[in-house]
Amino acid sequence: MRPPRVVLAKPGLDGHDRGIKVIAMALRDAGAEVIYLGLRRTAAEIVQAAVDDDADVIGVSVLSGAHRPLVQQLLDERTSRGVGELPVVVGGTIPTQDAAELRQLGVAAVVPVGTDLDDAVSIILGVAGERRR
Amino acid sequence: MTAESGSGERSTTPDGVDLRTDAGLLVAPVYTSSDLGGGLDALEARLGVPGEPPFTRGPYPSMYRGKLWTMRQFAGFGSPEDANARFRFLLERGQTALSVAFDLPTQLGYDSSHSVARPEVGRVGVAIDTAEDMVDLFRGLELKEISVNLTINATAPIILATYLVAAERQGADHASLTGTLQNDIIKEFLARKTFIFPPQPSIRLAADVIEFCAHHLPRFNPISVTGYHAREAGCDAVHELALTMASAITYADALVARGVEFDTFAPRLSFHFATTLDLFEEVAKLRAARRLWYSIATERFGAKDERSGRLRFFSGNSGTTLTAQQPLNNIIRSTLQCLGAVLGGAQSIHVMGYDEAFEIPSEEAVTLSLRTQQIIAYESGVTRTTDPLGGSFFVESLTDELEARARAVLAEIDREGGVVPALERGIPQRWIAESAYRAEREIASGHRKKVGVNLYADAEETTERSSVFALDQGIVDRQIARTASRVASRDRVANGKALRALERATRAGENVMPPLIDAARAGSTLGEMSDVFRELFGEFREPDPW
Repeated sequence: MRPPRVVLAKPGLDGHDRGIKVIAMALRDAGAEVIYLGLRRTAAEIVQAAVDDDADVIGVSVLSGAHRPLVQQLLDERTSRGVGELPVVVGGTIPTQDAAELRQLGVAAVVPVGTDLDDAVSIILGVAGERRR
Repeated sequence: MTAESGSGERSTTPDGVDLRTDAGLLVAPVYTSSDLGGGLDALEARLGVPGEPPFTRGPYPSMYRGKLWTMRQFAGFGSPEDANARFRFLLERGQTALSVAFDLPTQLGYDSSHSVARPEVGRVGVAIDTAEDMVDLFRGLELKEISVNLTINATAPIILATYLVAAERQGADHASLTGTLQNDIIKEFLARKTFIFPPQPSIRLAADVIEFCAHHLPRFNPISVTGYHAREAGCDAVHELALTMASAITYADALVARGVEFDTFAPRLSFHFATTLDLFEEVAKLRAARRLWYSIATERFGAKDERSGRLRFFSGNSGTTLTAQQPLNNIIRSTLQCLGAVLGGAQSIHVMGYDEAFEIPSEEAVTLSLRTQQIIAYESGVTRTTDPLGGSFFVESLTDELEARARAVLAEIDREGGVVPALERGIPQRWIAESAYRAEREIASGHRKKVGVNLYADAEETTERSSVFALDQGIVDRQIARTASRVASRDRVANGKALRALERATRAGENVMPPLIDAARAGSTLGEMSDVFRELFGEFREPDPW
């Protein structure tokens, strides 16, 4: 069985990429294949990459406070591309009430700032594993 | 001297305190005069006296006895009126200057009505579409009197133009204005990441601003050359110093290459560093920065005016040292960071809000940040004398070591052809990302201690936080409608003419500031002015991070 495959990206205009790069490196060290798309990616670009690369999970990170509209765009794109089952994990500065709302919208997991690095990796790989089962 | 440890040396105390500094220097049990290279006489030559070359001990002779640092909390969100209210809130509580945060669309040259702008309008700063927004932002605040820091980079020339129009409306001469335009695009490529155009035209725009200000805004700092963001993105104090100096050299080279005399612009260059929790290393870094810049100004650029080599800086402290867990602990962390900036001789300081790890600081948090500065200034007594740690065997040894290491990294950057060729190949970005990863790994393994995270953590505490900051969602529609009505009522012919003049000057390699000011006066939007540059320069795409 091939290793879990994760597509990571920064949607929107926010440039804070320290966290997502750290997560990318930690996922690699944990044996995952990581495709990091970089900054200012549109929902269409992210979903397209995940489909093309047959990803097991999409991870996005937002630290500008714009997570709700940006994640909504991503989930809508996922639905319209017919890959509604492709799980999405969201990281960044996500307040509790918003995290609950994001999960209700269909986000598989939220990894807010302050999450232990190893916990973040196991959450993301756990979500990828669910999908692969 | 501070030495690298061999593999067998112990690097933590029995209590688990790391004996290495944040930059990895192994600290000795005690320091004596034998740790000073060349003895006391050589040390005195390296130090000089405060206010004199090489400025190790401070840029001014009397330092805080003459004038306290400027207390400048970075602020702004929502509409110009929302941000104006936060400014007044801070000024009423004793803040002595303003520092404006702009929203991401403004930083990236999109009007609020642009499709990619909508989710981000007013979130991390204030939304500015036209010079009229700038007029509203500073309504009732005398720009002649108040020093204003504008944290803007890719669109810095445009924002400066709108700011000058706002000042004109208040009857303030351009020449009377004091403050700082961040205008350091190199660190955007390195770390902060709100770049638009490729490096070369971006540096040309930054140089246009510096040259324009040298002639027309003699009291204004046209750039704040910044190591802070690279540090916050993950690098250590040594790389922070080297990247800052390499950036300053790049701008100075660009100006000298177009025939501008170094001494005409260098005295107004200003700098920006982080101050993290490693107190003595940070103080040493700030002292080393002054000595390094003096040596670069005189040796590389042949400065004749002493002020050209006199480094002045703003400290932004460090948000990444703060934790989402046990957030009140961040007040103590910020106090230590502010103290480090003061002992390092800062000219202006921002103290992070204790809630900044997870939200836009609340009014309570920004007030505490300001109070932290005021308590250090008025109660601690550390301001009574200049460079109080000067002459400390330990701090001097650290200062020498950091300077030497920064010079070595600077030489490495020079071998790459300078910071721009290096970043185009992704080299410093990799330094930054790799050391960020190392730091996070060390926190996860417990080697790097964080109280409330991997030490004395609360078993019940979750990382989830509720936010008290809620952006009024109506602001986006109101901002878009307001700009639309302003665009509809402007003189269309005059606006078209101004934008064409901007396009022509940009293409001809002339200074963009005069036509930008005309365009801002004519009511051109930030998006329209940015699009002129976008079409001529194209947009930058980052190199692959690995």
